[in-house]
Amino acid sequence: MVAIASYPQTQLYPDIAKDIYLPFLAEIVEIRPMTALEKVFTIELPKGMSLGHRPGQFMEVSVFGVGEAPISISSSPSRSNGTFELCVRKVGDVTTALHSLKPGDKVGLRGPFGRGFPYENFRGKDLLFVPGGLGLAPLRSLINQVLDERAHYGRVIILYGARNPGELLFKEELKAWGERDDVELYVTVDRADETWTGNVGVVTTLFKYISIYPRNTVGITCGPPVMYRFVLMEFFAKGISEGNIYLSLERRMKCGVGKCGHCQINNVYACQSGPVFSYREIKGLEEAL
Amino acid sequence: MSLAILSKPAFRDFVARLLADYRVAGPVAHNGSFIFDEIRDPSELHMDYPTTLLPPKKFLLPIREVLFRFKRQDGGVLQAPPETPPTVLLGVHTCDLHAIQLLDTVFSSGHYDIHYVNRRKKTLIVSIECLGPCDEHSFCKSMGTLTADEGYDLHLTDLGDQYAVDVGTQAGKELLEKYASAKPADKEDVQRLNAVISAKWPRFSYRLDFDVSELPSVLELGMKSPLWEELGQRCLACAACTNVCPTCFCFDVKDEVELNLVDGQRVRQWDSCQLDEFATVAGGHNFRASRALRQRHRFMRKGKYILDAHKHLGCVGCGRCARACIVDITPVGVFNELYRQQQAGS
Repeated sequence: MVAIASYPQTQLYPDIAKDIYLPFLAEIVEIRPMTALEKVFTIELPKGMSLGHRPGQFMEVSVFGVGEAPISISSSPSRSNGTFELCVRKVGDVTTALHSLKPGDKVGLRGPFGRGFPYENFRGKDLLFVPGGLGLAPLRSLINQVLDERAHYGRVIILYGARNPGELLFKEELKAWGERDDVELYVTVDRADETWTGNVGVVTTLFKYISIYPRNTVGITCGPPVMYRFVLMEFFAKGISEGNIYLSLERRMKCGVGKCGHCQINNVYACQSGPVFSYREIKGLEEAL
Repeated sequence: MSLAILSKPAFRDFVARLLADYRVAGPVAHNGSFIFDEIRDPSELHMDYPTTLLPPKKFLLPIREVLFRFKRQDGGVLQAPPETPPTVLLGVHTCDLHAIQLLDTVFSSGHYDIHYVNRRKKTLIVSIECLGPCDEHSFCKSMGTLTADEGYDLHLTDLGDQYAVDVGTQAGKELLEKYASAKPADKEDVQRLNAVISAKWPRFSYRLDFDVSELPSVLELGMKSPLWEELGQRCLACAACTNVCPTCFCFDVKDEVELNLVDGQRVRQWDSCQLDEFATVAGGHNFRASRALRQRHRFMRKGKYILDAHKHLGCVGCGRCARACIVDITPVGVFNELYRQQQAGS
């Protein structure tokens, strides 16, 4: 049906190389509440090892006795330093259990899994990031990677939407990005409150503020399932080609290693060939969007 | 490799000797049907059985298995599960042999599944040639699984008062040498075997209206067929079809905790793409929300996706799903209807 490009493979963390279902243990060193529903967990790897992940990859996170859930890695490889970050929304059993943990507690981990963003190919290009809601969590990994090697890229444009001001994630970082001369940040909320003075409307209402040179622009989006079709229409309206559009897709990756079947999109295992795809790769996959 | 002859009493002795050193499983009668089960005595075996309710897959990919044990205190001290004993699977039909070859590929390619592979390495397979169709639901001849050239350690053909034993692997050769009093086949034995095999083929009929090599394209062209919506209207999403399938390998993983709330285990168990929540994510979105799309996914896997990924068809024509379906959704019916629609140009 659709050929999925080969990609640089990351190594699995050595502890699980023998038994792909056996997690290794790592300690939570910091927990930062973000919103009523989201917390950011900083996790320290044993023996000072670094995770060796790519932006866009995910971990399978275990709370023993409750279960395991796939969580995208929110920190960039450029800032790994023996730790990494997960931004976790309290939405199911495992994430609710994660939210009850304290610094010093341990979690089980497997990964990093999946195909991340081919950001080396983005060098020299303008990047248009369109995260919606929790979609900022995986894109933040790539955004910070890009900002840490800023000279390699052209413009960095970020169009970020959340449902309301209280649900905006990484507010301090948003502020810092907004203050940089080399980042063009636009933020919107679906519903404003009395504190909000910015744009009101879904994330696609931000496209009217930007002009781009489509031939040299990569569009990158991640958000709730309903968002993709509308963002794609805006990308196309700006003239970005199918091969220059990258999406990170959410699926129920139960095993993370291409066996259990839960994340399958037609014939493609999202945990192996994704979760990051170019639009060109998935446009023939009826179940993708 | 080579051909040996084992008389029926010698086969019983062979099985009796195996029981001393191996877990031995094979077809046994059960509530008017047949199942694969562990045996304690050769007399329990029914080597001449039509089909079993569940395929022998359950000895390689158990319905439920412990992946590891943990203690919830201190973040979890992890312990490996108990090991599976060395096992001999007796009386495996060739459709199921083909299915096991697929499972071997799935679990040993890409990320290596040590749980399956370790169990598989400790399992010897003594298969048996089907000499007549098991019932009206099987369509092995159409699927090319009416016999098998490989995938077995020993392969039996019933010659009446004796079995012809085809030795498929070195491990099979050693098993036969150590546990059985077989004699090499002579010219007459080979002639008898040839006569039995030659007589069997006409007893089976082709049930697909097209050659199986066309199945992937029949399915791909049928992606938009109205048939899926019809199936969705009938399907009860009971998952019986996938539960009895010899090639279905999708699974769920969950944690279980003992009553002391400290000790627990992570368990893998069979799952089904036919169940409503299979593709549902934590936020509640279901990426395959209708029964029509789930049935389509199942048949696409069987006839195309799995073949594309693993070079083995995901359907071996055993007919178990057709027998199990209470609303009469059958692979032969589905594949032929798609083909008919395409021939009619609709």
